[in-house]
Amino acid sequence: MARYLAGRIAGLVLILFMVCLFTYLIFFKLSPDPAVMICGKTCTPERILQIRTLLGLDQPFFTQFWDFLSGLFAGRDYGSGANLIHCPAPCLGYSFQTSQSVWEMILDRLPVSATVAVGAAVLWLVIGIGAGLLSAVREGTWWDRTTMGLALGGASIPNYVLALALQYVLVVKLQILPFPSAVAFSDGPLLWLQSYLMPWIVLATGYACLYARLTRANVIDTLAENFMRTARSKGLAPVLTMRRHALRPALTPITTIFGMDFAALLGGALITETVFGLNGVGKMAADSIAKNDQPVIMAVTLLAAFFVVVGNVVVDLVYTGLDPRVRIR
Amino acid sequence: MTTAAPSRDAKAGPGAGTPGVPATSGRRIAGALLHDWAAVLSTGFLALVVLMAVCAPLITALTGHGPNDFDAAAIDTNLGGLPRGSLGGVSAEHLFGVEPQNGRDVFARIMYGARVSFLIAISATVLTTLLGVVFGMLAGFYGGWADQVISRVMDFLMAFPSLIFMIAILSSLPSGNRAVLLVVVISVFGWPYLARVVRGQTLTLVNREFVEAARASGASTGALVFKEILPNLRSSLIVMTTLAVPGYIGTEAGLSFLGVGVTPPTPSWGQMIASSVSWYAVDPMYFAIPGLFLFLTVLSLTVLGDRIRAVTDAGEAS
Repeated sequence: MARYLAGRIAGLVLILFMVCLFTYLIFFKLSPDPAVMICGKTCTPERILQIRTLLGLDQPFFTQFWDFLSGLFAGRDYGSGANLIHCPAPCLGYSFQTSQSVWEMILDRLPVSATVAVGAAVLWLVIGIGAGLLSAVREGTWWDRTTMGLALGGASIPNYVLALALQYVLVVKLQILPFPSAVAFSDGPLLWLQSYLMPWIVLATGYACLYARLTRANVIDTLAENFMRTARSKGLAPVLTMRRHALRPALTPITTIFGMDFAALLGGALITETVFGLNGVGKMAADSIAKNDQPVIMAVTLLAAFFVVVGNVVVDLVYTGLDPRVRIR
Repeated sequence: MTTAAPSRDAKAGPGAGTPGVPATSGRRIAGALLHDWAAVLSTGFLALVVLMAVCAPLITALTGHGPNDFDAAAIDTNLGGLPRGSLGGVSAEHLFGVEPQNGRDVFARIMYGARVSFLIAISATVLTTLLGVVFGMLAGFYGGWADQVISRVMDFLMAFPSLIFMIAILSSLPSGNRAVLLVVVISVFGWPYLARVVRGQTLTLVNREFVEAARASGASTGALVFKEILPNLRSSLIVMTTLAVPGYIGTEAGLSFLGVGVTPPTPSWGQMIASSVSWYAVDPMYFAIPGLFLFLTVLSLTVLGDRIRAVTDAGEAS
């Protein structure tokens, strides 16, 4: 187990390193002149020159990349003397357009993204797994057919289309909900709930449909297994066979997918946050794309990759705990 | 979120209630699908959209409104450029109404947008299928270090949050030919999902008796690959590509929606929805039409892929 763990962590470090290298290459080698891009749309030639020297863009590639990597762990100083800019660790970069350390910008917005992700995850797990279970138990009935038809439809709605449609019906026409905004929980739980309800629904719909289909398929597969026949033939009540024997093997694969989906969402739900104007990491990324604020886009990319890669390893570890069949001795 | 992971729900079961007609050949698949109203309806809608896309120049010549022709008569400048008439300016002149502010014909833009979306999605599907089949079969057929290298590259690419990386690449690249860039970027992140399945199937096929027999009777590697293994991958390839197209249409629309996809004035559905965001409260039709087209197209392709899978699964099981 210890050896397996060490191997996984070594792999994790390697992939994260590759991700950094790849991202750095994309932003600093692929683009024709990174300094111009970083500076923004209105920019003087002096400022571009200044940024070029501050970031060391005239240095050889590996020196640049090393500076960037060491900045991640030890922090980094841009320039010297009076106009010294200190970027404390983890230095993901410095946005010259907003004159802020990108890490601080992300920290400010992470709570909103986390609220969106957690709420949506709860919603889609409950609805998706619940509907999938019911469908599997009642395989072939009208309930099963309707649910699976709806799941197919729900998975096909692009989330921004759903977002705008919901907003039009619920906010503009019926006026049941207020326009979503990043309300803090301390401003009143009801308002908080109302503000986040639509983003949660929009984000959860696609996943819930997918999870319903997956759960159904997994449960049906499990119900056909020999140990289930044994459980039934020794006279266990159907509810008990379901709860004691079927759920665990059927739902463990879902944890894998859930871990990955949730990790990806922590890096910001780009489209949902943008459509609803929630000031999270995703909206920051979308805004930065519009403004061409490269350091921010790069940092969000790295952050999202970090969450996904780490999430992958965590999921595998949890999986070995949950499913004895894949346990490594 | 729109991701280029069309095959992730590959295990998500055959559609309930589909008659389990055994079918493996193309004709039998088609025959089984003909008895399924959802599949027929989906095919009909798709045929209509494809026809609209193909005949777009012809139809716009007939209506007299090109995708980029401004029509000042159709909008009301006193109301901030809202379309005249109800339902976003729907009339005999403009079938789906006009865009607010500049009066471009929505029908023409939908047709030209369909061209862009389908072209990108289908090119990306062809490219991913090609890459997926070649690398998946290389890994599965040769095994050893080839398998090691390809599998690691696939793990690496699948570990990436693909949407955000696509955005990163597209936003840092100079704006060249956006459509080609989109196809390349979608394909680079998309092929591992297909290659993984192809690799797995090739691995089991290589050790089957009929392949052994062909090898023993002196068949060349090329003959083994193209005559023995590839035909057996066909049904899963049909399913995976059918399910990949809606994924890529969604991805393209999503990227264009975020402003890193197709650049104006070239219309695309995602871009139309993006520009309708600031108008949806006063002119809901402007948003509803491209949204509905996008939804129905993705739905039709998904239903079709799902039904084909149900039919081929039933065929393999019998």
